[in-house]
Amino acid sequence: MSSRDTILQRLRNRTGGELTAPECDFSVLKRPDWSTTERIALFEKMIESVHGEVHHCTEDSWVDRLAEILGTRGARNLLIPKEHEIGVKLRSATLGREDLPHLLIYDEPIESWQSVLFNDVDASITSTRGGIAETGSLILWPNSDEPRLMSLVAPIHIAVLFASELYTTFHEAMQVQNWKAGMPTNALLISGPSKTADIEQTLAYGVHGPKELIVLIIE
Amino acid sequence: MSDTARHSPHHVDVKEFHPRAHEALHNPQIRQNFRKAMDGLMTKRKSAFEGWDLETLRDLGANVRMRALANLPDLLEQLEQKLTENSIKVHWAVDGDEACRIVRDICKARDAKTVIKGKSMVSEEMELNHYLKEQGIEALESDLGEYIVQLAEETPSHIIMPAIHKNTGEISKLLHEKTGTDLSNDVEYLTAAARLQLREKFMNADVGVSGVNFAVAETGTLCLVENEGNGRMTTTVPKCHIAVTGIEKVVPNLEDVSALLALLTRSATGQHITTYFNMISGPRKAEELDGPEEVHVVLVDNGRSSIYQDDELLDTLRCIRCGACMNHCPVYTRVGGHTYGTTYPGPIGKILMPHLIGLDEGRHLPSASSLCGACGEVCPVKIPIPDLLVRLRQESVDGDKLHPAKVRGHGAKRNAVEAMIWKGWSWMHAHPGAYRFGTNLAARFRMLQPGKMGSWTQFRTSPKLAPKTLHEQLKERGQ
Ligand code: SF4
Repeated sequence: MSSRDTILQRLRNRTGGELTAPECDFSVLKRPDWSTTERIALFEKMIESVHGEVHHCTEDSWVDRLAEILGTRGARNLLIPKEHEIGVKLRSATLGREDLPHLLIYDEPIESWQSVLFNDVDASITSTRGGIAETGSLILWPNSDEPRLMSLVAPIHIAVLFASELYTTFHEAMQVQNWKAGMPTNALLISGPSKTADIEQTLAYGVHGPKELIVLIIE
Repeated sequence: MSDTARHSPHHVDVKEFHPRAHEALHNPQIRQNFRKAMDGLMTKRKSAFEGWDLETLRDLGANVRMRALANLPDLLEQLEQKLTENSIKVHWAVDGDEACRIVRDICKARDAKTVIKGKSMVSEEMELNHYLKEQGIEALESDLGEYIVQLAEETPSHIIMPAIHKNTGEISKLLHEKTGTDLSNDVEYLTAAARLQLREKFMNADVGVSGVNFAVAETGTLCLVENEGNGRMTTTVPKCHIAVTGIEKVVPNLEDVSALLALLTRSATGQHITTYFNMISGPRKAEELDGPEEVHVVLVDNGRSSIYQDDELLDTLRCIRCGACMNHCPVYTRVGGHTYGTTYPGPIGKILMPHLIGLDEGRHLPSASSLCGACGEVCPVKIPIPDLLVRLRQESVDGDKLHPAKVRGHGAKRNAVEAMIWKGWSWMHAHPGAYRFGTNLAARFRMLQPGKMGSWTQFRTSPKLAPKTLHEQLKERGQ
């Protein structure tokens, strides 16, 4: 008999007899119906408590803010999505101005440029599929336009979050967005920059992923 | 490959709990390292749950886990079907050896020479690194704590913070000796050095091996909880990703994950959430530019299906491996994780390991507890750990009438003299004449009572029999 069948058979022929499944009441996870302003305030507090940085912007101001942020950090380049409006807007913005760093597009399979991505990219910008106020988390569903490593490899990750897409809890986000209907190959919650406390409980940032996580909230 | 050959050179004898405990108790460094860490973790956990209806949340956690276990075989089949639909390949292993062979075969088929590993306690159970090394495949840990422990040629001493037993100075020295970094107490510098060393390895590894925190049957999704990003690297950069998981990690719905995640990270390190919560539901699609080409899942039984047979022991399988029970355990805090000599240390280890290694080998585990109840009180899924410890103690002296012994190696602690004494004791209590005669006799000859009574009198004075029996005293009082 295969190991699969052996295991399943042992579980099915349980000597203790049949088990009954208890009811699960998820209402303890529910939070009051907060306004967008309240959610933004909580999100900001939570993500800042784990070393994330938040900038409040509008549709018109975020590119300027981004330029400032990258300027102060001396970023030489910025990895952007090709199709997403974030990338489109940045590409047209660079035509007329000098203060944005060189733009890179992730449009080839990783195999062909892995070492450049790992060693030479200073910052990246991605969209989000919303955020979670209670834990200060960003929801990312990477795709071919914004591959998985975009939010992981560069020392600075900038994420654009629309305030209107802020949910209060993880539970609410997955219900409202109906995740169970189909998940992407990879989905993520990101809450702050990469960190470790493995050396005597001392926090250190950027151990494998970004050292900085910067959120542009578009209100 | 035989079992003995599998044991790594650093394998410790589980049975030697007491000498190791003595050694640890006399090591101020170990005691200080653990004490400091555990105190901090307890405080953080407490404040992370402020404002929550913790009891109701724990009830939900327990129910969610129990609901999953109640339908375990069906859920595993559903999970397998969904994973397969998502182009993830599913393998089943009855024990650690078989799981190791499965991983090896996948590596061999890809001609893989190097494996990069995310944190996975199941892989520790399997002693995977050691096995792969023997097969000529290098396996490198990428979680910083695991990396440190691997460089030190040790095993993790905590399931969440593997290198908690070491302080900065010790780690600095270790990294200096093994990797050539400068001696420094600057944690930022040490971390940055490890980042550089491991980046190279991520880029070049042929296969990534990870654990799984929750496997969702409804969508065929593997969830991974981590802070460092090494788990994301491990499951994204190499062309092939192998996830190994215990069969009990499956939950029916995505919704369940939201409840368990809320409990897990707060209980473990007092974080509201970890930096990354990674949900994997398939390999790279044709149009995608990164991610592994192949994803495999190895569903490992390794003793879990036997725990599943018994209504009481079954609760052990609810565990979500948060480590809160060890953080709050007065014994763990004082002796440290290595003393137990088992893959899982502390309270969870004491109730889980006897099933994995048998009570003959793990006979000291259920007794290495003060039964203070702290572990049961903090467990986010309400596992009655103290009750299970008592149950296993009974099993280790051959079970009782209510629960016929079920755990492998039961009766290993049975002592013929002790058993005879208890037998006589119960016979005497059932026969009033013999009882009176016996107690009278004991009171008369109380001078002959030994002053030392083994470990009982190590830190206590020996109890003395009264010159008169209770019956005599009552009689004198005319009652
Ligand atoms: S037994 Fe409970 S407290 Fe201990 S690791 Fe498991 S879930 Fe956490």
